[in-house]
Amino acid sequence: MTSPSTTTHAAPVMEPLMVEAVGVRKHFGDNEVLKGIDLAVRPGEVVSLLGPSGSGKSTFLRCINHLESIDGGEISVNGHLVGYRRAGGKKYELKPREIATARRDVGMVFQRFNLFPHLTALENVMEAPVFVKGVARTEARQTATDLLARVGLADKPAAYPAQLSGGQQQRVAIARALAMQPRLMLFDEPTSALDPELVGEVLDVMKGLAADGMTMIVVTHEMGFAREVCDRVVFMDGGVIVEAGPPSDVFTNPQHPRTRSFLSKVI
Amino acid sequence: MATTVEQTTAPAHADEPIVPLRHPGRWVAAVVLAVLVAMFVSFLLTTPQLRLDLVVGYLFERSVLRGLLTTIELTVVAMLVGVALGTVLAIMRLSDNPLLRIVAATYVAVFRGTPILVQLLFWFFLGTVLPNISLGVPFGPELFSVSTNTVISQFAAAILGLGLNEAAYMAEIVRAGIGSVDRGQVEAAHALGMGPALTYRRVILPQAARVIVPPTANEVISMLKLTSLALVIGLPELTTTVQLIYGRNFQQIPLLIVASIWYLVLTTVLTVIQARIERRMSRGVLSSPVRRTRFSFGGR
Ligand SMILES: Nc1ncnc2c1ncn2[C@@H]1O[C@H](COP(=O)(O)OP(=O)(O)O)[C@@H](O)[C@H]1O
Ligand SMILES: [Mg+2]
Repeated sequence: MTSPSTTTHAAPVMEPLMVEAVGVRKHFGDNEVLKGIDLAVRPGEVVSLLGPSGSGKSTFLRCINHLESIDGGEISVNGHLVGYRRAGGKKYELKPREIATARRDVGMVFQRFNLFPHLTALENVMEAPVFVKGVARTEARQTATDLLARVGLADKPAAYPAQLSGGQQQRVAIARALAMQPRLMLFDEPTSALDPELVGEVLDVMKGLAADGMTMIVVTHEMGFAREVCDRVVFMDGGVIVEAGPPSDVFTNPQHPRTRSFLSKVI
Repeated sequence: MATTVEQTTAPAHADEPIVPLRHPGRWVAAVVLAVLVAMFVSFLLTTPQLRLDLVVGYLFERSVLRGLLTTIELTVVAMLVGVALGTVLAIMRLSDNPLLRIVAATYVAVFRGTPILVQLLFWFFLGTVLPNISLGVPFGPELFSVSTNTVISQFAAAILGLGLNEAAYMAEIVRAGIGSVDRGQVEAAHALGMGPALTYRRVILPQAARVIVPPTANEVISMLKLTSLALVIGLPELTTTVQLIYGRNFQQIPLLIVASIWYLVLTTVLTVIQARIERRMSRGVLSSPVRRTRFSFGGR
């Protein structure tokens, strides 16, 4: 735990943090997976989470939109406590409905795409706006068409997921998440399930998003992306943040021996 | 070596005719079958007691057709009850609430663990121990009361017996279907802000349907035949109707043939529908563009 606490306090006072995680703990049975994670992400920041397999990166990401509940500490997204309501010095657990409502601000992209196989690309993108937000179909269709064009799939609205390549599926998944107009996007190894020649097309879409000012937390093994696009890289190992800082620092001059050994393996 | 190779590739050998493998067993089987069919036909034609004229006469008789209609109604309504309640039970069984899980598991255990015949009789005779059904404050004043026998008619007793029993089987089928849906689908739905009910309706159940529909079609076919058990409560569906007729004229076999013909017609229709649905479903799983390949024989 060298530098993350300094970045927590480096945020300007006026600007609310997009994500603020304080002392987050999580265990599965006896296995303590997160051992006190502190992380603050400012609006518009792109942060990549690096670390060896099993270090708790996915679990932490899933805690941010409450796909996992946490056992200690707290997380706020855009000023709202995740999973709880604070009142009178106590935290009250939210109802499933309220949790669902809170998740609208957070988009998530999964390693294995998880597109809805019974719906076309366009229907996948329209699904949440229509059924969660109650947007009119014609309007949702227009937005979805625009989003598919934005991820370079203007010609594939009627294709079912099984008819698309991995890279195309992942781009539809990104469009589907964007359709809810999230303030924050979480990516869990979005290119790890892809053939090498398809990685670039997904990273290009993500770079475009970053350039447009989207706040992003990206778990990735693509060091080129982390170095080029991210404002900050956070290195996790064994359920703690070992080192964090601008990519230029962490990649060229890693402080912690575990960071050094990890980087020497992946670069 | 060289000569052998030359021989096998010589054009003269390439044109030699092929002698197909002979299947003497097939011929023996065909002869045996032909003899059996001939014996059966001769039995039908030379046994006047069979009264084929009665079979033809009763096939479209008014009360038989009314019984047939009742059989179809029973099948449809009991299956609707079974599918709806079975889905609810399956969702309860998979819920986080331990009480709901226990209730659903107990239901399935009770209704699968007792004979359906007993269940039918149970609903029919409920009026003898519970003469009135009333609505009111538990252990308090009654707001509304009706006689059990007026509410639970023969038809209602048959629906309760068949439908509630079916729900127990459908619960297992739906549960297997829901279990076949990838966990990532639920996470994706939740991450998009879908609540539990919407996730079931829009994401889980449509995908589970692929697994649920084929065995459900089987259940419809067995339900069609199970409705004949309504005989024990005297509901005039197809089997009861023919029984009432042969009770008067003692022509049991001709009338049972009448009933069998109608059951066979209905199960055949259902089997054709089932095959269609399964073909459509498997096409969905492959998710390839709907493209029919036409095979042509003889180059045409
Ligand atoms: N649902 C779960 N139940 C039990 N253990 C889990 C579960 N999810 C993750 N874990 C465990 O938590 C640890 C961290 O997993 P994960 O967050 O997926 O790591 P990473 O994404 O960094 O590879 C692993 O040891 C994994 O086995
Ligand atoms: Mg992971």
